[in-house]
Amino acid sequence: MTWDTEYALSILPRLLRGLLVTIEATFAGIAIALVLGLIVAVIRYLRIPIVSHLFTFYVSFVRGTPLLVQAFAAFFILPDYGITMSALLTGILVVGVNYSAYTAEVYRAGIEDVDKGQWEATTALSLPGRPTWTRIILPQAVRKIIPVLGNYWIQMFKDVAILSAITVSELLYTAQTIGSSDYRYLEPLTLVGLLYLAVSYPAAIIVRRLERRLAFSR
Amino acid sequence: MPSPAESTDAESPGPANGSDEMITFDNVSKSWGDNKVLQGLNFHVKPAEKVSIIGPSGSGKTTILRILMTLETPDEGVVTVDGDELWNVAAGQRIPRETKQMRLTRRKIGMVFQQFNLFPHLSAIQNVMEAPVQVLGMSKDEAHERAKDLLDMVGLGEHLNHKPPKLSGGQQQRVAIARAMAMRPKVMLFDEVTSALDPELVGDVLDVIRDLATSTDMTMLLVTHEMRFAEEISDRVVMFDSGIAVEQGPPKKIFKQPDNDRTKKFLRAVLEH
Ligand SMILES: Nc1ncnc2c1ncn2[C@@H]1O[C@H](COP(=O)(O)OP(=O)(O)O)[C@@H](O)[C@H]1O
Ligand SMILES: [Mg+2]
Repeated sequence: MTWDTEYALSILPRLLRGLLVTIEATFAGIAIALVLGLIVAVIRYLRIPIVSHLFTFYVSFVRGTPLLVQAFAAFFILPDYGITMSALLTGILVVGVNYSAYTAEVYRAGIEDVDKGQWEATTALSLPGRPTWTRIILPQAVRKIIPVLGNYWIQMFKDVAILSAITVSELLYTAQTIGSSDYRYLEPLTLVGLLYLAVSYPAAIIVRRLERRLAFSR
Repeated sequence: MPSPAESTDAESPGPANGSDEMITFDNVSKSWGDNKVLQGLNFHVKPAEKVSIIGPSGSGKTTILRILMTLETPDEGVVTVDGDELWNVAAGQRIPRETKQMRLTRRKIGMVFQQFNLFPHLSAIQNVMEAPVQVLGMSKDEAHERAKDLLDMVGLGEHLNHKPPKLSGGQQQRVAIARAMAMRPKVMLFDEVTSALDPELVGDVLDVIRDLATSTDMTMLLVTHEMRFAEEISDRVVMFDSGIAVEQGPPKKIFKQPDNDRTKKFLRAVLEH
């Protein structure tokens, strides 16, 4: 099989549409993970008996099972309980919930990473809880959290490909569809690889720059 | 927002309720596991008094300051500051939660830490302004004005907008002193504030503390290994060992003619360096 540039160009628009779906799913997943992760992190932080334990279990469960298994479970089992959604919506929820567990851990680690002396200084200055969190602790935690989250977001962008298994018409699924109808895989899969790289490589550079800019010059 | 009655002012050193003690520790105990750090400590400090606490490492000096700053909870005992109760814990009582009373009393106390604990993401002047604005409800303009004066006083008028990582250790510690002063505490606690500094930077920090000691009515409690400095600025020196004040008195007496063997041994060890 030899490379056919004309053919490659002819399928590019469809692949770009697939890429757009991947990017949309990634952003939606990020939004869910950020919010849900914050809720999980706060509840675990508050150490409410039972409830906090349930969320600890939630984090372990989500992190301990493959994303593909979670996607299949949501796609095939939820409809049995009368919950029907489009494949895309199901996929976005699965990715968002999955990454919320990691995001919750990142929040927790970021906050715990703030030096104990910072809390003691706020006590010594009698700063109340709210400014302590919003003006002292979180701004320092965020500097450590954002680069870590950025790397997770790039990983999520690539993980969205798993949703091809539940017929979400993202980039990889589009390539598979093209391949099985045209009996050609070289061009679609090569382009898929290049398109992933075209997004994730600059994104990784941005995250690295951000990391350097946010670090304190200690 | 504090009512006028609650606000503190370093210029009126007398305790609010007519007692003649600014700080009292009565029968205060603190242990970690089997490590009995303080055992029934009784220790009083008069308004405007400058007291240096000396003693070997691990003898409980920091713990005393941290209990005052409410960074540690005593297992038992009563602690008052300026006539107000800070701690009142009966033996075996569950660890008390932070109370309103505690929060108000704490405002009368400032603390400077060995490791500075400046806010690294805020400039020097923002570090100093933060508490007056957030806690005392001072306007930003007024807080800025006062913060500038305080930073001038500690010799950092040129570095208002520098963030702590850009400052030397000695400069950071002086910002930390200005930051604590901005709350106009009646009581200032200094916990080995020059121990983390390069030797050539110690002098500037001690100069600032000396200025405060001689020019204000603040009650000052210093844990220090700088014996000459302690002798120079203190009204009283207290020698601690194993959580007990083994000897105390005027600096001349403690440093020149100590009675207690442990004091003698400790001073010999420190002065050899
Ligand atoms: N948070 C803590 N947990 C356990 N032990 C502690 C803690 N803080 C202090 N200690 C112990 O209490 C003792 C007194 O400590 P500290 O007050 O810091 O002494 P000093 O300041 O005189 O060196 C030491 O033995 C120390 O190990
Ligand atoms: Mg100490």
